Amino acid sequence: MAEKIDYGSLKKGGFMRQKQKGYFSLRLAVVGGQMTGEQLLTVSKVAEKYGHGYVHMTSRQGIEIPFINFNDIEEVKAELLAGGVKTGVCGPRVRTVTACQGAAVCPSGCIDTEDIAQKINDRYFGRELPHKFKFGCTGCQNNCLKTEENDVGIKGGMTVTYDSEACIGCSVCTKACREGALSMENGKVVFEESKCNHCGRCVKSCPVDAWKGEPGYIVSFGGTFGNFVYKGEEVVPIIGDEETLFRVTDAAIEWFAENANPSERFRKTLMRVGDEEFKEKIKAAFEG
Amino acid sequence: MSDIHFDETVDITDKVCPLTFVKAKAAIEELDEGQVIAIRMNDGEPVQNVPRSIKEEGHKILKLVDNGDETYTLYVEKVEDEE
Repeated sequence: MAEKIDYGSLKKGGFMRQKQKGYFSLRLAVVGGQMTGEQLLTVSKVAEKYGHGYVHMTSRQGIEIPFINFNDIEEVKAELLAGGVKTGVCGPRVRTVTACQGAAVCPSGCIDTEDIAQKINDRYFGRELPHKFKFGCTGCQNNCLKTEENDVGIKGGMTVTYDSEACIGCSVCTKACREGALSMENGKVVFEESKCNHCGRCVKSCPVDAWKGEPGYIVSFGGTFGNFVYKGEEVVPIIGDEETLFRVTDAAIEWFAENANPSERFRKTLMRVGDEEFKEKIKAAFEG
Repeated sequence: MSDIHFDETVDITDKVCPLTFVKAKAAIEELDEGQVIAIRMNDGEPVQNVPRSIKEEGHKILKLVDNGDETYTLYVEKVEDEE
């Protein structure tokens, strides 16, 4: 047995201390809820050889291998890495980036969530911060990934435009819209833009593509769903391009790093210092 | 407004999602290319979702008519899969 266990650095490397002395539940790095078949086989072998032959699926699309003995840690990490599997993180840093399957697979998707999740992961994963920091991406207003639970949530949407020339007046879109933004008048659609929530259902349902949609990102800030529950809030309108999106997420994470006390979640910081300055910073980043 | 010529009808008001779409899809499969079917469906989820699913199958949606009794009729022209 090892003399001293450095739990801090173990947590950083994804080793979660168990009730059972000397054992850890090993958290793996998963981006957007996806793993290859080869990675799964590697995980399976390690769970059989070093754990108790099972894995735990976490609440945020991660995989943990419970019952890894402290003395096996280096071998386990090496075997995982050889099979293309990295360990995840815990503690005060950017955590697993979650995503639904998004527009690459799902008919409802407005944005390529897996691509965005990968880019966010490359940009921020494991970054040291005053407290945990979670990103989640979902493809549309169905919100399968519950984006507002995250410190920063990214939801796909569409900015829509109507072409009355192309419209055949079938009225399908007026029923597909759940916000009551569309109605029929003299065989054409009347669009009350102020009611639009950017869901894109008019675009998806229109049989003749009289509705066109530009994909965009609806971003929420300061969500948390643990001991304290708070729904993340939007600060700026739907974002139309990746460059602006990352300017905004950079601004949010920087503001948190600069203003939070140690062990203080994003929302708690916003509540303690007030969100006026934060909102100004996000709006400035949005406008470029 | 139901001045649209149609060849067949199907009533899916007795089904709930996803069987609404399944019943409609099965009925469309019975048609020949270019034939039109009138699909009667309930207000709410069916009318929100079924037209879009039929569009995604590649068929041609002609019109949605409010029957005034909390049901709608969707007129669809069958388009065969291109091989």
